[in-house]
Amino acid sequence: MAAIAPMDWSPVWISLETSVTATLLTLAVGLAAAVWRERRRGVVAALVDGIFLLPLVLPPTVVGFLLLLLFGRNGPLGKLLLEFGATVVFSWPATVIAAAVVSFPLMYLTARAALEQVDSRFLEAARTLGASEWRVFREVALPLAWPGVLAGTILSFARALGEFGATLMLAGNIPGKTATIPIAIYFAVEADDLHRAFAWCFIDVVISLALLGGLYYWTHAQGRDRWVRR
Amino acid sequence: MPLQIQAEKKRPNFSLDVSFTADDEPLAILGPSGAGKTMLLRCIAGLERPDRGLITLNDRVLLDTERRIRIPARDRRVGMLFQHYALFPNCTVAENIAFGLHHLPREERTRRLAALVDRTHAGGLEHRYPRELSGGEQQRVALARAFSIEPEALLLDEPLSALDTHLRSQIEAQLLETFAAYRRPVLIVTHNIEEAYRLGRELLVLSAGRVAAFGAKDEIFRRPPSLEVARLTGCKNFSRARRTSENTVEALDWGCRLRVTHSLPRPPAHLGIRAHHIDFVESSNAGASDENIFPCWLVRSSETPFRITLYLNLHRPPVASSEYHLQAEVFKEKWERFRDRPLPWHMRLAPDSLFLLPE
Repeated sequence: MAAIAPMDWSPVWISLETSVTATLLTLAVGLAAAVWRERRRGVVAALVDGIFLLPLVLPPTVVGFLLLLLFGRNGPLGKLLLEFGATVVFSWPATVIAAAVVSFPLMYLTARAALEQVDSRFLEAARTLGASEWRVFREVALPLAWPGVLAGTILSFARALGEFGATLMLAGNIPGKTATIPIAIYFAVEADDLHRAFAWCFIDVVISLALLGGLYYWTHAQGRDRWVRR
Repeated sequence: MPLQIQAEKKRPNFSLDVSFTADDEPLAILGPSGAGKTMLLRCIAGLERPDRGLITLNDRVLLDTERRIRIPARDRRVGMLFQHYALFPNCTVAENIAFGLHHLPREERTRRLAALVDRTHAGGLEHRYPRELSGGEQQRVALARAFSIEPEALLLDEPLSALDTHLRSQIEAQLLETFAAYRRPVLIVTHNIEEAYRLGRELLVLSAGRVAAFGAKDEIFRRPPSLEVARLTGCKNFSRARRTSENTVEALDWGCRLRVTHSLPRPPAHLGIRAHHIDFVESSNAGASDENIFPCWLVRSSETPFRITLYLNLHRPPVASSEYHLQAEVFKEKWERFRDRPLPWHMRLAPDSLFLLPE
């Protein structure tokens, strides 16, 4: 039996760091976008909706390619960043950007639905009580929409963890830097290292199950005692 | 006047167009559902944007469309009690009440919270969540919360509709006590006639977005200014009317001539009598000298625990049970006394109970 090369665990940490950072980013931007959209009607809003949802519909490779155009040396954002001496392509931030963009529509859609579900009488009551719009959002709308926002966060995290296509296009496969678990699996299979591929698959399944189990337990426990005296 | 309101708002199938003033007394706003009662309150609170209007509260302009002034709801200091109270479900009672005390320093906040809890008898509920409260408790908390901003006017949208019937009279008494201590404009929206009468000192009848009557409640109930207001204040019996002499009218739909007490300023178009004002007399008393007494036949009846509503035909026995001239409401004790008498019975439409309604 061939000696198994010592395992390089870096993809686990890269995957987790990337997913967590991307999810936080998506949460902030997705919520802001959902709030912005909630107050608007009309053609512009519908058009923006379409753009926001594109990453959900397009194949990840297309998203990755578009991001490459945007962040490349000759891309508008790439050029701008170069002025500050930063390159995004094939760096760790690229994995975050790819994962965030791809998971954004899930966050945006669920957050918007959750905010729309909040009974407007609560928001109006808060306004008559002298609350600023920011306070209305932070202390009334967000807590009431929280289960939905949390669901969106979970979906986004799951999507970010599984991201492959756009990440490969924008961040490539640089071991110890941009190689996430899905990318490590792909290259393990390509290199005919099935043992390694299988090990990564197993690890991925364990991480995902642990995550979902934990979240299920947490949300369930929260849901049961929600808003009754403890 | 502390509160002056003039507001116009057009919607595709509804328009609100009202103008009235309120002083430091409770004013009941009565109207059927869809009359625009809630929209009116929302305009005053700043939650709805009238197309045109002018609203002032104690010399503060809250809205003036002409001058493009529209104070946002958060700066109006108008307390609002929502129909189902709209307590924040994720906050405890104390947090709900303290929501409006946000800007105060901690010590002041605690002190004021305690005072509000005390004032609205919400003691002992502070750490509970709204869904653990009864309807009456929720209302008290909502009231305490509305008072937290020291409002210059208080708006209540159907304050009793979410409560069980047996609780209402008790809560009503508490509300009246609260209003008496408050001494500022209070607007109470309701579709319940008795509630409007008991809670308001003055009465405003709203119908299809317009003020149908406004003034002292007794006056409106005793002499409704129009057929519409008579109906909205619970009158059940109407007939088209024609004046025949100085103090007699002919009730065209009832086929009889009636003596009336009030002089007739304008030719009446209709006349009406409330169901509980119809009296029944023994036929032997019905001499020629007695006026406004007519033979009647029972068409059908409908019972509540203590009263009975009798649907009656005048002058002749009914042909079909769907046809009747008048409905009378009597206590059952009284009904027991004449229910076994042979038909026809004799009803008396007392002249001072009849009201005449202009076109």
